[in-house]
Amino acid sequence: MARRIVFLICLVLGATVSAEPIRIGAIFAVTGPAANLGLPESRTLQMLVDEANSSGGILGRKIELIVKDSQGNTEKAVSFAKQLVEESQVLAIIGPTTSGESMALKGYADQNEQILISCAAAATIVNPVAKWVFKTPQMDSFAAQAIFTTMKKLGISRIGVVVSNTGFGQGGKAQLEKLAPQNGLTVAITEVYDSTATDLTAVLAKVKAQNVQAVVNWSVEPAQSLVPKNMKQMGFDVPLFQSHGFGNIAFVTAAGKAADGIIFPAGRLLVADVLPASHPQKQVLSAYKKAYETKFLEDVSTFGGHAYDAFLILTEGIRKAGGTDKFKVRDAIEGLKGVVGTAGVFNFSPEDHNGLTMDSFEMLTVKNGQFALYP
Amino acid sequence: MGADQILQYLLSGITTGSVYAIVGIGFNIIYSSTGIINFAQGEFLMLGGMISVSLSHSMPLAAAIAAAVIMTGLIGVLLQRLFISWLKNPAVLRMIIITIGLSILVREASLHIWDEKVHALPFWTGSETSSLAVLGARISPQVLWVLGVSALMVGALTLFFRHTLTGKAMRACASNATAARLCGIRTSSLVTLSFFIAAAMGGLAGCVVSPLTQTQYDMGTSLAVKGFTCAVLGGLGNVTGAVAAGLLVGVLEAASISVLPLAYKDVVALAIMLCILFFRPEGLFGGRAAAPAGVR
Repeated sequence: MARRIVFLICLVLGATVSAEPIRIGAIFAVTGPAANLGLPESRTLQMLVDEANSSGGILGRKIELIVKDSQGNTEKAVSFAKQLVEESQVLAIIGPTTSGESMALKGYADQNEQILISCAAAATIVNPVAKWVFKTPQMDSFAAQAIFTTMKKLGISRIGVVVSNTGFGQGGKAQLEKLAPQNGLTVAITEVYDSTATDLTAVLAKVKAQNVQAVVNWSVEPAQSLVPKNMKQMGFDVPLFQSHGFGNIAFVTAAGKAADGIIFPAGRLLVADVLPASHPQKQVLSAYKKAYETKFLEDVSTFGGHAYDAFLILTEGIRKAGGTDKFKVRDAIEGLKGVVGTAGVFNFSPEDHNGLTMDSFEMLTVKNGQFALYP
Repeated sequence: MGADQILQYLLSGITTGSVYAIVGIGFNIIYSSTGIINFAQGEFLMLGGMISVSLSHSMPLAAAIAAAVIMTGLIGVLLQRLFISWLKNPAVLRMIIITIGLSILVREASLHIWDEKVHALPFWTGSETSSLAVLGARISPQVLWVLGVSALMVGALTLFFRHTLTGKAMRACASNATAARLCGIRTSSLVTLSFFIAAAMGGLAGCVVSPLTQTQYDMGTSLAVKGFTCAVLGGLGNVTGAVAAGLLVGVLEAASISVLPLAYKDVVALAIMLCILFFRPEGLFGGRAAAPAGVR
């Protein structure tokens, strides 16, 4: 009963004080090379906005979502951001999908005092901290560290690194090269390939010649499926580690049998079913997975989860701020603690605009074409 | 660098090169019978790959590929009939703009019909993990399929253009459409036929490379650029030349990767192409007589 009264009050307030909807912008790579990331993000966000609106909106106000497709293109992302801020006057921008785009928007968001919640991985997006920029995926530095920890357990000390020529790839390369010496590992060779590459045998031959004990591939493009295939075809039999960019089952399907045995760090969404019921994220993960898979008839991926977390953080911020004053909402987000999302439990602070810890990663592997916990 | 390693680079170059070559062939078929440079050629590969992947879920692989090849050919005919056939004496620039437009149309339509995901046809023999030893280097058996299919295409096309009446008529029609018409050749249906052949061959190429390169709705553009490079390099209209140029570009790219950082591979390939265009503008293997009247 009390809830109904609150709801009615909200309705009345909504109708009289602030009939204006809350406008939120989103920039995702819905098509283009990073579409395996951007499309689940866009679908997730639309689903969450529809759900929120059908249950009365946020603070009694409906949400109006404007999604722009940047195709993973930095220039497009920048011009869409300007459009969203200047023409649509959105409260906040969720996205962009890729690290390159996010880095291009970091300065813009900060100068224009515009809340930006990026769905991309590079640590540089929030390090150094920009006052108005947040991000929901785990840091690439955590991913690199998680990989190195596993390598040390396997007794690997000499590795080869291949990355794509995108912001994500370059970010990963920087973290791997920085963290390897601290972990007592040698990076024997690093090669950067084109994100639209269709055959990587030659570059892998160059890596093989360095007598490495393992290969790390860092990309978010279909090349993630080419590397394992090419390695197997040329008889290059060392363990392959990939980044958390591998968290979409579509990449496994495209690599077929060659995907078996790949080791990579990822959020727990991919293994939601096997988590113990007592795990703090279990409920959020299972609910999101079920909702997404029922609605879109495709497997959930960690990328959609990043958009889920971004929306969750934004709406929590708006609720906490009690309105849509952008300064108050920003301060509220910076003060959020213990928000359980798909990537982990977020604890923001003025120094930490990601809010996650190393603990948000789990090492996974591929077994018979399915994701499984790495032993 | 050991001998087996050099061979590994060489084989890798031949693999990428044969994919370029197979696209270059498609440019040449339409060019040598119509004088049109069809920038939607890369999209035919994508369509072949996509259609065969979809069909392979419900029928045997060979049937799916055959059906995909025919369907892609028919799509080529449809595009030619709808957008190209009613143009009278189109300028070269206009045709280029139209075919680029068509490539965008096909790409966006495929995004809606299929999705944004990466697909791959199953390997024709063996699987993703099969590997053949060739003198100490290792390759996927699918590479042999790619090489075999390209060789077959070149052979069949050469025979067709040189030794059949229809093939000769197509060349006549490209050389001088008016004169060909005066000789009683139905030029309009020959142009349609050339689109059918180019699209069907593109479709077959799309099927044979799909296990290796994977198929995605927007793969056409980058393939078209490389394929066009090879077609120009080999001499426009020269099918064998395109294959040689494709293999050359592939091997040069692999050679550049072996000594330089990977990022320079396109620089090397394009620099060599520029040199050849400066000193031999008709291409490596193109005779002056091979060029159609309009562009000589």
